[in-house]
Amino acid sequence: MEQEKYAHLEKELSPKTPILKNVIKAFLVGGLICLIGQFIALFYITYFDFTERTASNPTVATMIFISMLLTGFGLYKKISQFGGAGASVPITGFGNAVVSSAIEHKSEGYVLGVGGNMFKLAGSVILFGVFSAFIVALIKTILVKFGVVSW
Amino acid sequence: MISIYITSFIVGGLICVIGQLLMDVAKLTPAHTLCSLVVAGSILDGFGLYEPLIDFAGAGATIPITSFGNALTHGALAEAEKHGLIGVVTGMFEVTSSGISAAIIFGLIGALLFTSKGNV
Amino acid sequence: MKNGVLTFSSMPSLYSTGVTAGPLEKKKSVFAEQFDKVYEDERCDLPTNEHGHKQLMYDAVMIALSKEKKTIDKIDFFLTGDLVNQMTPSSFTAHELGIPYIGMFAACATSVSSMITAALLADAEQARWLIAGSSSQHNAIERQFRYPLEYGSQKGATCQWTVTAAGAVLIGQHKEGNPSICCATVGKVVDMGMTDPLNMGAAMAPAAMETLSCHLKGHKKTIDDYDTIITGDLGSNGFKIFKALANESGLSHTKNFRDAGEEFYGNDPSFNAGASGSGCSAAVFLSDVYKKLQKREYKRVLLIATGALLSPLTYQQGDSIPCIAHAIEVTMDGVSVN
Repeated sequence: MEQEKYAHLEKELSPKTPILKNVIKAFLVGGLICLIGQFIALFYITYFDFTERTASNPTVATMIFISMLLTGFGLYKKISQFGGAGASVPITGFGNAVVSSAIEHKSEGYVLGVGGNMFKLAGSVILFGVFSAFIVALIKTILVKFGVVSW
Repeated sequence: MISIYITSFIVGGLICVIGQLLMDVAKLTPAHTLCSLVVAGSILDGFGLYEPLIDFAGAGATIPITSFGNALTHGALAEAEKHGLIGVVTGMFEVTSSGISAAIIFGLIGALLFTSKGNV
Repeated sequence: MKNGVLTFSSMPSLYSTGVTAGPLEKKKSVFAEQFDKVYEDERCDLPTNEHGHKQLMYDAVMIALSKEKKTIDKIDFFLTGDLVNQMTPSSFTAHELGIPYIGMFAACATSVSSMITAALLADAEQARWLIAGSSSQHNAIERQFRYPLEYGSQKGATCQWTVTAAGAVLIGQHKEGNPSICCATVGKVVDMGMTDPLNMGAAMAPAAMETLSCHLKGHKKTIDDYDTIITGDLGSNGFKIFKALANESGLSHTKNFRDAGEEFYGNDPSFNAGASGSGCSAAVFLSDVYKKLQKREYKRVLLIATGALLSPLTYQQGDSIPCIAHAIEVTMDGVSVN
C-alpha cells in the first residue's frame, strides 16, 4: 500500500479532534484564569500602593506562584488536560513549563539538572518574545526617525 | 467596575480560544503556539493596539502570554523614545521583569519542595 | 531467501515467567491480578525513576528464576531492552545479575525480538538456559520522549500511556507440556509517512500487518490456525486500523485478534487509546497469554510486538516514524505443523 492511500485510510479511521468542545473548554478555563488574575489585581490595588496599570506585575508573579503549587501537587496537568490552551496560554502555563522542568530534572542536581533544564520548554517563548520585540521596536524607532509615524 | 470582570473573562477566554485553534486546526505544538502568540502580542504593540486592550480587559489582556510580547516591546519603545536606537536593547525588560524573575525563583523553590508524581 | 522467516526445529520451551508492574497498573490494569509483583511506589522506593525501572526488570527476572528454582549462575544469556537512552536500566539490571548480556532494542517490540534471539541461541544449542524480556517505566520514558511529567499538555484520543511494567521469561530446551516456540518472523522496518508522535498506533499498524502477512505466507498458515493473534501495543486506534488493513489484504475475519495495549487498562478513557511501552506487550504476553497457554485455553498463539523507532531528535528534525513488528509463534502442540 502506498503512503498516500494509507494516509487517507488513517485519516478516515483515526478519531477526529473535538475542536468545538476543546474551544469551549479553552474559553472557560482561560477566561476563569484571567478572572482570577483580575481579582488578584484588585487586591494589589486595594491593599497596596499599585495603580491599575502597575498592578499587573505583582499579579503575574502571584499567578506564577499559584501555578508552582498546582504543578507541584500534580494538579496543573489535569487542568491542562481539560482546558488545553486555556491552561497553557495564560502566564500560569508559562510558570507550569518552567516549574515542571525544574522539578523533573532535580534528579540530575541543582546546577546541571534544575539550572540547565529550567527553560527547556519556556526558553523559546522568551527568545521569540525578546527577538520580536527587538525587531518591532527597531522598525518603529527608525520609522519615527524618518518621520513616517509618531510615538 | 463590574464590567472589567466580564471583559477580562471574555477577552482572556478568546485569546485562549485562538491558542486552542492554533493547536487543533493548524496542528502546532504547544511551544509553537505560545511563540506565535508572543510574537503576535509584540506586533500588536508595535501598532499601539495592545495597551487599549489592557484598558478594556485588564487581566484578560495581561495574563495571557501575548502580554509578555507586548510588555517587552513596550519597554523597548519607551526607552527608544528617550535614548534613540540604543534604548531598543536596554529597555526591553524595563516593564516585564516580574514574569521571568518569578518563574526563576518559584521554579527553583518548586524543585526544592516537590518531586514529580506522574500518575493519572 | 528466508526473508526473516525462522523455524526452530528443536522447539525451545518457555519454562516460567515473571511479571512486575507499578502502582497505577495495580489499580487500573485488567491484568493486575495476574502480575507476580506490584509495587506501591512508582519508583519502587528508590531515589530515581531509572533505579525503579531497573528494579522492575531485576525482580521480574528473579521471580521467573525462583518459579523454576534456578539460580543466576545456571543462566547462559540475558537478553533484554527498554526505551531509556542507551538502555541503562537494562544494562544496570544485567550488571546486578551478572549474566552474559546482549542488549536488544526494537522499541516496544523488544519483548518478542528478545524471545526470538533467545530461541535462536537455544535452537543452535549455544545455550541451556536463557532469560528474555523487556521493561518500561512510565516516568523515566515520558520525560525522555515527551515532556516533564508535571507539564500540562492536552493529550488527544490517539495518545497512549506508557506502562510501568516488566516481563521476563525463562527459555530452555524443548520440554513436553510447556508452551514452546516453533517459529517466528523478523519484521522489516516499515514507514508509511506518519509523523504524529501522539498517534503511534497508526504509525505501527502497517508494520504489524507486514509482519503478519510475511509470517502467514512464510509458514503457510492461515489466521484460523491460531487461537489468538495478539499484537503488542497498537492501542485502540492502531488496532482499529490494523483490523481494517487485515480485511483489506484479504483476511476474512479478525475475531481472534487481540491487542495488549488496547486491553491493558480496560478501555478506561483517561488513558485515551490505551497502553504502550516495551513493558506492555511483555507483561500481557507473559501473564495472560502464557497462563492461557498453560491452561490449554490457547493451543497456538501468534505474538506480534510492534515498535515505533523514533526519537525526540528524529521527530524534531522532521522525519516520519519508522516502525517494526516481530512475530513469534508459541504452541502447546508437541510437534510442529511445519
